[in-house]
Amino acid sequence: MIKIQGLIKEFQVKNKDKKTVTKRAVDNLSLHVKPGEIFGILGPNGAGKTTTIRMLTMETKPTLGEIYYNGESIKKNPLEIKKLIGVVPQHINFDNDLTVGENMELHGRLHHMSSEKRKQRIQEMLEFVELGDTINRMPRSLSGGMKRRLLIARSLIHEPKILFMDEPTVALDPQVRRRIWELIRALAGKGTTVIITTHYIEEAEALCNRVAIVNKGKLIAIDTPEAFCKSLGRITVEWDDVDGHQYQFFESRQEAAAFAGTLEHGAHIRRTNLEDAFIELTGRKEGV
Amino acid sequence: MLQDICTVFWRDWVVLKRRLPKFILSRMVAPMLYLVAFGWGLGRNIQVGSGSYLDFLVPGIMALNSMNISYNSLTPLCTERIYHRSIGEYIIAPMRFNAFIIGKILAAVLRGLISSAIIMILALAFGANLNITPLFVGILILNCVIFAEVGFFAAMKMDSYEELSQVNTYVLLPMSFLCGTFFSTRTLPEVLRWFIDVLPLTHTSYLLRGISTQSPVALESVAVLVVYAIIGFILGNKAFRDQLK
Repeated sequence: MIKIQGLIKEFQVKNKDKKTVTKRAVDNLSLHVKPGEIFGILGPNGAGKTTTIRMLTMETKPTLGEIYYNGESIKKNPLEIKKLIGVVPQHINFDNDLTVGENMELHGRLHHMSSEKRKQRIQEMLEFVELGDTINRMPRSLSGGMKRRLLIARSLIHEPKILFMDEPTVALDPQVRRRIWELIRALAGKGTTVIITTHYIEEAEALCNRVAIVNKGKLIAIDTPEAFCKSLGRITVEWDDVDGHQYQFFESRQEAAAFAGTLEHGAHIRRTNLEDAFIELTGRKEGV
Repeated sequence: MLQDICTVFWRDWVVLKRRLPKFILSRMVAPMLYLVAFGWGLGRNIQVGSGSYLDFLVPGIMALNSMNISYNSLTPLCTERIYHRSIGEYIIAPMRFNAFIIGKILAAVLRGLISSAIIMILALAFGANLNITPLFVGILILNCVIFAEVGFFAAMKMDSYEELSQVNTYVLLPMSFLCGTFFSTRTLPEVLRWFIDVLPLTHTSYLLRGISTQSPVALESVAVLVVYAIIGFILGNKAFRDQLK
């Protein structure tokens, strides 16, 4: 289990007057992730999702706060904890001087795998993401979708118990995105804990057992996607009037239909989704 | 730790192996020009002490060349850090940061030594008299270590190739010419000489030349180089840890 307590990350940045100011990217974040779940961190751009992942994977140090893996602080034995985790970064960070196979080999060596085990796992993982025939190619010659799948394959070579995925499907076409979702579900099916950041609401809704909604570095709410929708009301009525686009939530379709009947203009009645909850919680003016 | 050092070194060896013919050819150009211009051309009829100018020149060229190669071997880390971000792979791995730094430095030393071997072969072909001893090789390695550390530090601190090239222009280039490589620093004005005598390349040049001509070894110069290497490692380590901020 992963437990985060009062996590704060501050950066020194230059403002428009070129003065150095302190910017708080993550603000007093506390949460826990259960073993074997797919946990989503959902938020608009700049919400602090990547910074949170970077602190959890020890790529950057928190300014304040504690992170525990199975009850042990990351400060106590970071190397042992690093053995448990795999990371799929948002940025495609292959070593461009190495082939696909050599990049995988480097990862295996960095995780102290035996030569035999490395060879076997590299082949297995490349097959798993359907890239078995790319082993001698340079990463730069692969398409965007292939690179994303390769990042996943690389992160899994050492069989991590916990997998961090930072926007794994960003800028991918729907077909590739669905394929990556299938890979994530397959991993969770094998007992891997998956922590995924995304700003695609449908991705969080489709994949995650629980979702933390963050905005401006702060945790806004944390629950299952179903519970978020239920808390608003299962049915949504959407309509346009002089004040703009409007929403209202209802417990049943009958109540929603009765309300829609009172409106002057036409209304759309549908099931409430995570996007509705997200917009309600983060504010309608926030860009996603 | 040793396994991790080997892994980091392995990565650089794989890359070097793939480019070895190109690497060797490109490393022959500058020393060949120095030897032709200063050794054969300008220095053919100049006597320095009891030997020829070519004998005087070769240790200096080896010192400056090993400096340049070791430094430039690690500057691509800057792009790996900023643009490709492939350094993240090492940061999240269960390895000690020192292993990364040592592995990278060793890979740069290897490049520096290959390059020095090329100069040695060329110099012998040009008729130079060299006395290569284990101590000579040791000083050469120490020089490579120091400037690999400078390269590592610069790659961790600089934010673009332009800034890195400024280190080349303002630090390495003046050192290449002034640190006893092409001429003795004794002819320089005292203030400048005092400054130049503090620089590591001066000590390397004089040590290599001394060993090559079988003169007594200046132990204080060896000590200065060791101190530079230790300081360089500490600074490199700090610069790498700063990536976590």
